[in-house]
Amino acid sequence: MTTPFYVSPQQAMADRAEYARKGIARGRSVVVLQYADGIVFVAENPSRALHKVSEIYDRIAFAAVGKYNEFENLRIGGVRYADLRGYTYDREDVTARGLANVYAQTLGTIFSSAAEKPYEVELIVAEVGEGPEDDQIYRLPHDGSIVDEHGSVAVGGNADQISSYLDQHHRDGLTLAEALKLAVDSLSRDNNGGERSLTAEQLEVAVLDRTRPQKRKFKRVLGRQLSRLLEPEEGAAGSESETESSGTEESDG
Amino acid sequence: MEANTRSTGRLPAAFLTPGSSSFMDFLGEHSPELLPGNRPLPPVQGAIEAPHGTTIVAVTFPGGVVLAGDRRATMGNVIAQRDIEKVFPADEYSAVGIAGTAGIAVEMVKLFQLELEHFEKVEGTVLSLEGKANRLSTMIRGNLGMAMQGLAVVPLFAGWDVDREKGRIFSYDVTGGRSEERGYAVTGSGSMFARGALKKLYREDLSEEQAATAVLQALYDAADDDSATGGPDLARRIFPIITSITEDGFRRFGEDEVAELARAIHERRLEEPDGPRAALL
Repeated sequence: MTTPFYVSPQQAMADRAEYARKGIARGRSVVVLQYADGIVFVAENPSRALHKVSEIYDRIAFAAVGKYNEFENLRIGGVRYADLRGYTYDREDVTARGLANVYAQTLGTIFSSAAEKPYEVELIVAEVGEGPEDDQIYRLPHDGSIVDEHGSVAVGGNADQISSYLDQHHRDGLTLAEALKLAVDSLSRDNNGGERSLTAEQLEVAVLDRTRPQKRKFKRVLGRQLSRLLEPEEGAAGSESETESSGTEESDG
Repeated sequence: MEANTRSTGRLPAAFLTPGSSSFMDFLGEHSPELLPGNRPLPPVQGAIEAPHGTTIVAVTFPGGVVLAGDRRATMGNVIAQRDIEKVFPADEYSAVGIAGTAGIAVEMVKLFQLELEHFEKVEGTVLSLEGKANRLSTMIRGNLGMAMQGLAVVPLFAGWDVDREKGRIFSYDVTGGRSEERGYAVTGSGSMFARGALKKLYREDLSEEQAATAVLQALYDAADDDSATGGPDLARRIFPIITSITEDGFRRFGEDEVAELARAIHERRLEEPDGPRAALL
């Protein structure tokens, strides 16, 4: 009969954190930025079908990096939570804060339960408000903590470097085209200071646009519209109005 | 009931279980008491008195479909509400109009809208128009117990079929039976009179505005002969709700737009109270 080795709780937690962090660091990054009319989500994601950025509710969206099956599960759980809450009470009673809390509890319980393997995911939950000062962005690391973010945030493989680049260059009141370019610039720097170039096909972009007339403010920026926004220079004019055209998914209020 | 009232505050297992994209299925498993059809009914004698909504009409035209309803709710011989809204968008490309017990119908529409939205968010694509119509069928079937006590809901469902590129109308009976209608459809207490009017007014080449005029005429005739259907209330400025669904999606006609059409019809009816005349042969 063998006796298990003694492992101190500190060591056990450090090992689990290390395990989760390594899993997250393998993936490509996602950045989330505030701009004048809302919040833009930019992910490096060559897949058109497996999304890293998704709609949760009227004003709330979700972005994640890490293991797909784990964050997809959390995403669907979040949609169910939001829809059930909105159905039981009212649509206004669904908030990013409430959702972030539930996610934090879920991730935290899983992280500290010895019976379960820690989730290798890092989430962002964002809610667009009436004005830029009402916007909320929460970052949820693998261990169940919540970080309240302002302006810009990055998660994923190269997050530290990207965040520091964003902190230096982000300012309030960017247009969508400017915010998108800043996001792409930050994503295209790699670890050793070199730059890669990212094309529209490698990007997944979505916005929570407060100027949208519909109740549901989430919209994916796709195809021609995305290429036009990414074009150098003259993209600035008319960039805001473009997001309103061609709603693919909506129920009107 | 709500997620964070249970134990540690983490999402309950049911929330994280992969499976159905249907909100109703999820509700059935996690909180069955919230599903309208799952409530036990107390035994009562005869029908229960509750506000009833009345007439809904729909007309297709080459670019889409128009769905409209009057604004009256009645309870026995009393007008329970003058400005009730009975036509709702179901999602971007469809709408539902309800006749029958108002309270249950409004709850059903709320759940139906959520069902479509939930599927769209989970799956990342929208249901086909037939798929949406079938979901509504299931919901009406779930209400059969109530319907047998006089609390029936009988909707009309209309939408733009993105694949076939045309407007389509589905009507239902109280058991959830679904049938697609050609050209025009009606439901509710004034439906006999509205159908008669549309029979004489409908043609295949209507424009959107003409289709809106036709449904207003039909509602006018329904209100003329059915006491439970409300006509345009010029004094209070309460007019029927008209919506249209085309390639560009759902649109509710502005109040001024409807007011102008309703006034024009009213003016003509001052001269000819029975409305436009059809040719004899």
